[in-house]
Amino acid sequence: MSAENKYAVELKGVSFQRGDRAIFNNVDIRIPRGKVTAIMGPSGCGKTTLLRLIGAQLKPSRGEVWVNGLNLPKLSRAELFDMRKQMGVLFQSGALFTDLDVFENVAFPLRVHTQLPDEMIRDIVLMKLQAVGLRGALDLMPDELSGGMKRRVALARAIALDPQILMYDEPFVGQDPIAMGVLVRLIRLLNDALGITSIVVSHDLAETASIADYLYVVGDTQVLGQGTPEELMNSENPRVRQFMQGTPDGPVPFHFPAANYRDDLLGER
Amino acid sequence: MRKTSTLERVRLFGRAGLDVLATLGRSTVFLLRALFGRGSSGNSLQLLIKQLYSVGVMSLAIIVVSGVFIGMVLSLQGFSILAKYGSEQAVGQMVALTLLRELGPVVTALLFAGRAGSALTAEIGNMKSTEQLSSLAMIGVDPLKYIVAPRLWAGFISMPLLAMIFSVVGIWGGAMVAVDWLGVYEGSFWANMQSSVAFREDVLNGVIKSLVFAFVVTWIAVFQGYDCEPTSEGISRATTRTVVYASLAVLGLDFILTALMFGDF
Amino acid sequence: MQNRTLEIGVGLFLLAGLLALLLLALRVSGLTVGSVDNTYKVYAHFTNIAGLTVRAKVTTAGVTIGKVTAIDLDRDSYTGRVTMALDKDVDNLPLDSTASILTAGLLGEKYIGISVGGDEELLADGSTIHDTQSSLVLEDLIGKFLLNSVNKDQAN
Repeated sequence: MSAENKYAVELKGVSFQRGDRAIFNNVDIRIPRGKVTAIMGPSGCGKTTLLRLIGAQLKPSRGEVWVNGLNLPKLSRAELFDMRKQMGVLFQSGALFTDLDVFENVAFPLRVHTQLPDEMIRDIVLMKLQAVGLRGALDLMPDELSGGMKRRVALARAIALDPQILMYDEPFVGQDPIAMGVLVRLIRLLNDALGITSIVVSHDLAETASIADYLYVVGDTQVLGQGTPEELMNSENPRVRQFMQGTPDGPVPFHFPAANYRDDLLGER
Repeated sequence: MRKTSTLERVRLFGRAGLDVLATLGRSTVFLLRALFGRGSSGNSLQLLIKQLYSVGVMSLAIIVVSGVFIGMVLSLQGFSILAKYGSEQAVGQMVALTLLRELGPVVTALLFAGRAGSALTAEIGNMKSTEQLSSLAMIGVDPLKYIVAPRLWAGFISMPLLAMIFSVVGIWGGAMVAVDWLGVYEGSFWANMQSSVAFREDVLNGVIKSLVFAFVVTWIAVFQGYDCEPTSEGISRATTRTVVYASLAVLGLDFILTALMFGDF
Repeated sequence: MQNRTLEIGVGLFLLAGLLALLLLALRVSGLTVGSVDNTYKVYAHFTNIAGLTVRAKVTTAGVTIGKVTAIDLDRDSYTGRVTMALDKDVDNLPLDSTASILTAGLLGEKYIGISVGGDEELLADGSTIHDTQSSLVLEDLIGKFLLNSVNKDQAN
């Protein structure tokens, strides 16, 4: 039971396949409770898939996914929707409901899951919007917001129900430096102030390393390395080192596998 | 070499067949879950009203305009043919029967597929590609209940109403042409119509037809949106598929239904 | 406020749909409420009903007083038995009235015309009209006409 308390999310021997392609092969990941854990790796290595496995939007081909002491692949559809109330997700695009304004977007989880009176919902929404600094944008529609603001509204919506686990899908992609700085601060702040478990999926090294307590580097269907940011910076594993230091060539080659260059140019057609 | 390529073709054919079966299975599970699955969707009446508006009310204009024109054309064509046999007064019954049995349900379904069906597919596909559906699921709201079910019900309710409005407007347009322009005696126009149109055989059968069409067209539209590849090309392809599949399904089913309903006399 | 216009729009739409159904029922198909109880059944046997269909109208002096509800073959006499539902209002038709199958226009629909007889006794529910005139079959008519003209030619 102590292990269960220490880890909010545990993946045990998880494999996942899409079509004939293996995305994960026998992966073990443990996310400590109350910390910011980052999952990093090159693009297309299945980081988002990992979040969807934890959110039970995808079922693993093999293995167990434990969240707060529940084995997700074994749950019924209704139990899953119930479990997800304890989770918040910040999607890459924000995923605000385009037909609702900012206030209604943040109020949405409260309206569907609670019987709170309108007054109280209003107060909660204002508090959440204040936390992300967008209380003034109350009446705007999502298409009137900038990309960074959309993400902050989505963040306010994700924390509306005070979840225990908060997942961020590529929160830094396509953000200007100011918006990036705001998000970095918000993630750290929300984690510490609300005592939630944060999972950040990203390939933006500097920002992620600056807030993460613990890092996983995934790639090539495996967990390549794990540890604190400092430990990973000095990793012995050449693939981890290539990723952490951002060298263009290495175990992950610069060239996509191809026939011999010389033969291709000079050979018969 | 030749042998393997034949075998390969058979394999591809089998693969295609399996894909079709898989899609049918997925869409059936999808439909059953959306309509009968457990789970709350909050204020479902409010959602239904919103969808009735965007699916039904917004299709009203195109339905009414097409109905008037089709009724008028039917009347003109019918008159010129019937006049050769000296039975112009039968133009009323011809217009009414054609509209009630065939054109009302079928043309409404085709227009509905083009107007509301494609919009449904594009809207749901867009929600999928912008992760709104995933986001709903992660908030703990079943998108099948919250997004899909109200749209399905709105389609089921709207289309028979639209088809009846189409028929009424068409008959009115036909009467206008026949009585006011072509000089068919108004009394015999309506009397002929009333004596040959039976409520159960013609009106209700037409309504049953359009219920079936409503079911199929809305199902196809909503499923294509939900099942599409979440990219802009994926959405545009799904929208095209909705219109093509829905139109073919309507025309095919119309033949079967007509054979079942009116085939034995 | 936006919700209100939405609801009004949907309400009008639903009303329009129901109104359309009502119009189709009453104006187009001529359905009358409770008409089932206001009729009585009368039978007539015809040697040839060719072209008459169920739901054809039944008239007296050109006024519609009912409709044909069933047509079947009488197994004993090999005649077509036509069942008519006549309005209860018209309950004073004599028993010896004549039923004939007529055609509206040259190629129009067939209907039944009842010419009133002179009997004291009246048609009641379930009674049969014995005096009938069968459908005029155009082919027979043309055949007779041709035969006549041939005969005339020979006579000359």
